[in-house]
Amino acid sequence: MSDDVTQKIIGIIAEQAVLDPSEVTPESTLEDLGIDSLGLVETVFAIEEAFDISIPFNANDPAASEFDISNVQAISDAVKGLIAEKQG
Amino acid sequence: MVITGAGSVNALGRSASETFAALAEGRCGIVDLAFRDVERLSIRIGGQIRGYSAEEHFSRSEIALYDPFTQYALLSAREAMEQAGLEISEELSVRAGVIVGTSGGGLHTQDENYRLVYEEGKNRVHPFIVPRLMNNSAASHVSMKYGLKGPSYCVATACSSSNHAIGQAFHMIRSGTTDVMLTGGSESMLVFGGIKAWEGLRVMSKDGCRPFSRTRNGMVQGEGAAMFVLEERERAIARGATILAEISGFAMTSDASDIVMPSQDGAARAIEGALRDAQMNPEDVGYINAHGTGTTANDKTECAAVRQVFGAHADSLMISSTKSMHGHLIGGTGAVELLAAIMALRDGVIAPTISYEEPDPECDLDVVPNTARDAKVTAVLSNAFAFGGLNAVLALRAA
Repeated sequence: MSDDVTQKIIGIIAEQAVLDPSEVTPESTLEDLGIDSLGLVETVFAIEEAFDISIPFNANDPAASEFDISNVQAISDAVKGLIAEKQG
Repeated sequence: MVITGAGSVNALGRSASETFAALAEGRCGIVDLAFRDVERLSIRIGGQIRGYSAEEHFSRSEIALYDPFTQYALLSAREAMEQAGLEISEELSVRAGVIVGTSGGGLHTQDENYRLVYEEGKNRVHPFIVPRLMNNSAASHVSMKYGLKGPSYCVATACSSSNHAIGQAFHMIRSGTTDVMLTGGSESMLVFGGIKAWEGLRVMSKDGCRPFSRTRNGMVQGEGAAMFVLEERERAIARGATILAEISGFAMTSDASDIVMPSQDGAARAIEGALRDAQMNPEDVGYINAHGTGTTANDKTECAAVRQVFGAHADSLMISSTKSMHGHLIGGTGAVELLAAIMALRDGVIAPTISYEEPDPECDLDVVPNTARDAKVTAVLSNAFAFGGLNAVLALRAA
């Protein structure tokens, strides 16, 4: 879990939630961390910028997006998938 | 207060009458967007006006001053004034004004000129960029064209701009400040920068606008304008004008809660306020032109607000979103949608919600799916609920 991608994502999420990275665990949900719908859109944007990837995410109905945001671990796994896809 | 003239330019038609025909047919004006750099967008559909040439309507020196949003407002105002048959005498000119809703103002002008200075590195721009891009440009040019010397201004309240503008014009005449008002809204946000900014919010649909349908996945933008002539009933009758509909009431509220998420309470209070202002019983309302953006949040919140206000009568009235046809014109949307309200009252034709696929239990009202309906209605509402939590609802009666 302590790989670079995950650490970077934890850093982004912690910044968005105004928390110390140590308070963000793989099991944390964005809701637990107090990130609302606007915060979520900003988080997705920050992750896209950090990894130069495009995340399939529709704020209109986040649950229906292909991108799993159920917790920090899920986000990290999904981002790793997108990075691998990009490197082809 | 009555409407004696209507004009419009939008993806469904080049006039109010063409728009009425398209609304009644249930025609979709949403197309693949065509403009510079569209391939760099992930959202590539919109209610874009096609085959339009500014040169057909305006001189070179006018085009130098008129952003497309000003052009659309002027063309709409011309049609509305011709229909109203209104002569602006010297005496009337100081008792007449224009209020135009717009959210983005001269966005084409901004987009083109930022590109020139930032991307292309130019150090000189056309001298009229400021008067061309300013949000009040459309209102100012309409006032100049018709010699309207009373109060004129623009209203920018995002998706409620047009309803706020029309409501203000209604108040202006009712308070005795003016005798005649030109009012409506205009928007031309379909440019690279305009759509790129909206993409960021991730509430736009890539494949279509399906209000109230369980399968809806976001909004689709449109462009264009609609303008109306408002005057007191006695005045209109005295000069033998044809009355299209009566504006009977108007209310505005603020959610004071969230910058993008809608509130049921704010919407319900605006609907109730419009009914009260119009002295209209909820049971009188036969049709509501919905804000109906096609986002999950708006449509379910709007339906809940309608249920809250109308109770059991919510199951008897019709509610449709014509954004499914012309797209969401942001600051111009309420003006184009007022045409659907007029059509319901004057022609007894209820515009449908097209592209409707599947019922959503959270939007369980009669949304007039896919096909227009003949129905006699005597009272209607037109809803607008903006980002920023600013709500504006108009109540109308048949002429």
